[in-house]
Amino acid sequence: MPRPETSAELSALYQEMILDHYRRPRNKGTLENPDASVEMNNPLCGDEIGLQVAFDGDQISDVKFSGRGCSISLASASMMTQLLKGKTRVEIDSIRKRFRELMLGGEPPADEQELGSLRALSGVARFPARVKCALLAWNALESALAAKAVNEG
Amino acid sequence: MNRADLNRTGEHAGTESRRADFPLLVANPGLHYLDSAATSQKPKIVLDALRGFYESANANPHRGAYSLSVRATECYHQARVRIAQFLGVRDSDCLIFTRGTTEGLNLVAGSWGFANITNEDEIVVTALDHHANFVPWQVLAMRKGAKFRVCELTPDGRIDLDFLSGLLNARTKIVAFNHVSNALGTINPIDEIVRLVREKTDAILVCDGAQSAPHFPVSFDSLGIDFYAFSGHKMLGPMGIGGLIGTRAMLEEMPPYQTGGDMIELVHDDRTTWNVLPHKFEAGTPNAANAVGLAAAVDYLESIGMDEVIAHERSLMALAQERLAAIDGLRIYGPPPAQRSGVVSFTLADVHPHDLATILDGEGVCIRAGHHCAQPLMRRLDVPATARASFYVYNDESDIDALITGIIKAREIFTYAEA
Repeated sequence: MPRPETSAELSALYQEMILDHYRRPRNKGTLENPDASVEMNNPLCGDEIGLQVAFDGDQISDVKFSGRGCSISLASASMMTQLLKGKTRVEIDSIRKRFRELMLGGEPPADEQELGSLRALSGVARFPARVKCALLAWNALESALAAKAVNEG
Repeated sequence: MNRADLNRTGEHAGTESRRADFPLLVANPGLHYLDSAATSQKPKIVLDALRGFYESANANPHRGAYSLSVRATECYHQARVRIAQFLGVRDSDCLIFTRGTTEGLNLVAGSWGFANITNEDEIVVTALDHHANFVPWQVLAMRKGAKFRVCELTPDGRIDLDFLSGLLNARTKIVAFNHVSNALGTINPIDEIVRLVREKTDAILVCDGAQSAPHFPVSFDSLGIDFYAFSGHKMLGPMGIGGLIGTRAMLEEMPPYQTGGDMIELVHDDRTTWNVLPHKFEAGTPNAANAVGLAAAVDYLESIGMDEVIAHERSLMALAQERLAAIDGLRIYGPPPAQRSGVVSFTLADVHPHDLATILDGEGVCIRAGHHCAQPLMRRLDVPATARASFYVYNDESDIDALITGIIKAREIFTYAEA
């Protein structure tokens, strides 16, 4: 019977930083003039996220999210928006790739700097049923980037 | 069974554990399975029946002239007769095997609905319905330009009968409702619904029985409805088998749902005639093995007695209700226990149900967290999701102990970030 959740793994999942972002999400709200705006939901559980992104040239100048969901999906969205501000397209692509690796169980190197506070979500990888929660905001980000690319094309 | 009967039988619930009959539960002594409203565990006699069919009777039913095929046909037929008898259907040809409740409801919508609904008609469902008894009717209404109307609920999650009465008129052609709500456990007053609908309309009555057939005695012939759909896997049977029961008059008049082998009488180049009931609605090779498995599940349930099944569940549900209600910040949804089957739907302060389910999983407790395929209901309750614990024949008090322990642990994990 797959039942991997020991107390230690639960503690690793529900770190104080995650619960803090859940209770006090950063960048929650809507932008007045976003360059890209995406609504996404998880049909399996009903979690919803709206993501709005403003660009300044190649950089994300501002980003906000709205919606409702579990601690993992909201903390992931909150920490993601914090990290994205001021990042260039190339930097964002690298962060997205690293975060997906983290969710697939790739241990971050000890000197990992790129993901910043998002490393707190590394415990999610041990809970396959919850990986989709952590990735909801990131899927919305990919749609927003794709929408921006289409608009520019 | 009506509510008064349920209350009468609620006193003498058996507490003896039946875990020993369920191989998965035996193999996992620390597992507390409280998600039977999603799917039930399977007793050994069901698994043996499946194996027995494949080892001793496997051939394509209705096809071969050889004796093994005759044996397969006979097993399949006997399963139908057995299950029809269990559900109070005297004319067993009126029990059509389907993949489950969803397919049964789609069969009615796709066959009767498509043939009979026009843009002058109205279809009524309730806000308590599972998506499987909501979306097929919504799609039918959209295709035909008919009016789709949703019956509102009382604040405690029961069908609002006054509201329903107000929706019904001479244009109402279909009224679909569930016997028991999967999300809240509400037992709907089927007799009153039937009386109201028959009084004010010529509509057909379609009942989603996915959550009633597994839990208390159901006698289709005395319900006064036109169709009743159920799922085998929620009543100790295999996945992928269930049924639709209809009145003979209705089923005879309906066009086929799917076409192909087994459901035809004569196929000419320019036309085809249909086989008799039940075969007209069972195109292709039937799921004979699973039908045999479901018949074994029915035998098992009857060996306990359906009055005892519901009494056992309700005594556990009442105990869970009492202990849950004592937890600070815990909110229970739905009507009082006396009007519910063995289901408790709840939320815990600002802990999202998914987080609760993950933490409970760490205690070996399996509950459902989510919208329960009932988004219209969740919207009315104004919650994105609830946690749901559901009880069945193999549960006992130790499962409730583990549930409570896990919920308290979730509170602790989430408390330190409050402040």
